[in-house]
Amino acid sequence: MNSSLLRQMRSTFFFALLGVVFMFAAPQVLQLFTIINLTTAIALAVLALSLALIWGYGGILCFGQVAFFGLGAYVYTISAINFGGSTWAVLMAVLVTSAFAAALGYFIFYGRVSDVYLGVITLTVTLIFFSLIRRTSGPEYKIGNALLGGFNGVSSPPINLPWDSGSFLFPEHVFYVAMAVLILCYVFVGWLVNTKFGRVCVAIRENELRAELLGYDTRLYKLGIFTIGAGIAALGGVLFCNGVGRITPDVFSLYNAALTIIWVIVGGRGTLIGPIGATFALFYLTSALGGQSLLNNNLVLGIILIIFVLLVPKGVAPTVVDWIASRRKKTPRRARRRRGARAEGME
Amino acid sequence: MTRQRGDVVVETRGLCMHFGGVRAVDEVDFTLFDRELRCLIGPNGAGKSTFFKCLTGQLTPTAGDVMIRGQAMTGAEPFEIASLGVGIKTQVPNVFDGLSAEENIWISARRWHDDRRARTLTAETIERLRLGDIRRTQLGRLAHGQRQWVELGMVVAAEPWLVLLDEPAAGMTHEETYRTAELIEEINKTAALIVVEHDMQFIRMISRQVTLFHEGGILMEDTMDAISADKRAREVYLGHRA
Amino acid sequence: MDLVAAIGFQLAYVIANLALISLGLAIIFGMMRVINLAHGEFLMLGGYTVVVATNAGVNVWVAMLILAPLVVGIIGVIVERVLIRWLYGRMVDTLLATWGLSLLLVGLVTSIFGASTATTVSPPLGVIRFGNYSASGYELFLILITIALFFLVWLTLRFTKLGLLARGTMQNAEMASSLGVSTNRIYMITFGLGAAVSGLAGGLLAPMTGVLPTIGATYIAKAFITVISGGSAILAGTTAGSILLGGLNGIFSFVVGSTFGEIALLLAAIVLLRLMPRGITGRFFRKSL
Repeated sequence: MNSSLLRQMRSTFFFALLGVVFMFAAPQVLQLFTIINLTTAIALAVLALSLALIWGYGGILCFGQVAFFGLGAYVYTISAINFGGSTWAVLMAVLVTSAFAAALGYFIFYGRVSDVYLGVITLTVTLIFFSLIRRTSGPEYKIGNALLGGFNGVSSPPINLPWDSGSFLFPEHVFYVAMAVLILCYVFVGWLVNTKFGRVCVAIRENELRAELLGYDTRLYKLGIFTIGAGIAALGGVLFCNGVGRITPDVFSLYNAALTIIWVIVGGRGTLIGPIGATFALFYLTSALGGQSLLNNNLVLGIILIIFVLLVPKGVAPTVVDWIASRRKKTPRRARRRRGARAEGME
Repeated sequence: MTRQRGDVVVETRGLCMHFGGVRAVDEVDFTLFDRELRCLIGPNGAGKSTFFKCLTGQLTPTAGDVMIRGQAMTGAEPFEIASLGVGIKTQVPNVFDGLSAEENIWISARRWHDDRRARTLTAETIERLRLGDIRRTQLGRLAHGQRQWVELGMVVAAEPWLVLLDEPAAGMTHEETYRTAELIEEINKTAALIVVEHDMQFIRMISRQVTLFHEGGILMEDTMDAISADKRAREVYLGHRA
Repeated sequence: MDLVAAIGFQLAYVIANLALISLGLAIIFGMMRVINLAHGEFLMLGGYTVVVATNAGVNVWVAMLILAPLVVGIIGVIVERVLIRWLYGRMVDTLLATWGLSLLLVGLVTSIFGASTATTVSPPLGVIRFGNYSASGYELFLILITIALFFLVWLTLRFTKLGLLARGTMQNAEMASSLGVSTNRIYMITFGLGAAVSGLAGGLLAPMTGVLPTIGATYIAKAFITVISGGSAILAGTTAGSILLGGLNGIFSFVVGSTFGEIALLLAAIVLLRLMPRGITGRFFRKSL
């Protein structure tokens, strides 16, 4: 048990270290334009990580994770405009979003809504946000000093130093912040899934009734992981509106909701690094496709999703792990040890 | 009549579970004493499994009361009942298929203890149930009987004072059944048990007191020998099987 | 008095509109336990069929009432054969696959017709008057045709052999297949019919909304909450869900504005599911169709 925790965390630390190296190396070799673009991809990776946690580990089929992401971005932007500084705004974004998720989750989990309905309800919430905020273009739709701006959205004040609301961060600094947030969230989630809480959540994913019969209040655990996931998604939203410079209702679109699901499906449920990697890969794929008009983004993503559901349902990361394990099995002396290690590593 | 008279640990009064017009459990008064080992038997549809589900919180009774150690638990959620220190095994194996045998049992032990104690308990349970060979194997890859055993391990690891088992020997080999009977005897040293069973041979191995269900109610409560000798009982149950 | 009539009419229209966009989804969900996330795109395809056909000189009524359901129904059958049938019993995978299909269809239509609004069809029929208030005659037509459509589906379910078989399969697929009913074919036909109804709805609504490749997204949220709030009984559920949610939406829109109407609709649906996780027909009218 203990060795499995270390092993699991060891790979987490390995990837975190890679991230740190990338964080300091990238601005040295890449152009500023690429760095700004990367910031957006990192923000999306935080979103992917949050869904990897609640779907991949918690088994909660949330089709509307992007709602928390967008809500976080809007709350940050509106608060930052009103407060005249970003520090409290970031905190507000996480708290308000988590509170919203907790309220929604209360209705869902304590109503014992099943997973398929849960997906549809969360998706519906997202789409309602989409259509609601699109209508707020008039001058009467304002919160404090912040005009909501309808489908044009609001421009987001950049993050400033916590002790000086006058000194805004430059884009390359925002990149550092984003990368640091991603790495910290990744290590945090990697740790969380190995705590008692995380393990019970995995157990609930595997068999909710059995977890109940062992005396665990599964509703509470699901609500907990759902709320934490929403908070992380909100952080991603804060980074996103900083990277892009504004936030529009398009963040709540069906396309973005689908994209989040696709990252996790492609990367693999039950891993953390898989969905993060898939986010970067698909971000660059869609950027590359955006440059031409022959193949539409929707079309390509639709095909990817269908192919993965039908042919690679486990996703890339677990499939690769299985493949490596099956190859190593061929070396008889090491086979036993590997098999043991693999069973431990399975989470 | 009962060999171990102690405190009442489970009591139902006028317990009813109706599905539409079907009275699956009808006005059942039932009492279990501490350290007692009680088997519930009866033909298919007699209501014993439904009764079991009312006890474990999987079903909310239509009427009547369930008391566990004097606490009213009618309509409680399964986790609330389990949280009293009740170990439950359902009819269909309910295990965590994606986790290893060791992790399954750890999850159970961890509910009550800190990590170190939970790990010790897990190791002990694995030893006790002779699960060493499969401790690292994902449960989804194990045979039916082995998964049943892991589930029993989860029940044992929680150190319950009351154990409710629904058909623990179903689908097991002869050898496994024998070992299950042994395990139940052992659990009974520290806990009261209710065992729902079909397998008559198995019941003979473990039984002291037996409750015979028929058409949603209790037909009689006695030793297995007395029930086998009883004419009514043979008609409703044993006769059906012959 | 005129005002009451006008409001009543508007309310009836909101409810009928909700029922119309939800029926195809309800048929597929109720009979097959498949939640079709490409439902909005089936409506969108119905709309495009009408636009393309009328541009080619086809009479608008023929395009809406015959071509739209026919084309989308055929697409539905193809989709069932190629995609859905591999995934029966795997609800989550079906959801994901139909979502992939939804993206694919949006992408395909965008590639062919472009991302902006295609040439619109103007609503046929003129204006009807309630004293000082007026309403569109086409809206009245939509209310009537929704009622007619529900009646038609009820007749099909109640009196045809297909309806009987479908109800049997819906209650117990295994038993039905052991009785020699080819569930495979029934699923195919059901999915096709559900798609056809969606296509018809999309075609009928095209003159009101215009068509866009992404217009499905605006339908799908409402259709979902209506069907899920209603529960699995196809007609009773959709009717109950539409009346409740559409009614609330209409009233709130009238009193505080249309934005709040949408919020009320969503909140009502979430609270309803907390109270009745299986929808209205999961609690009441269980035996209904």
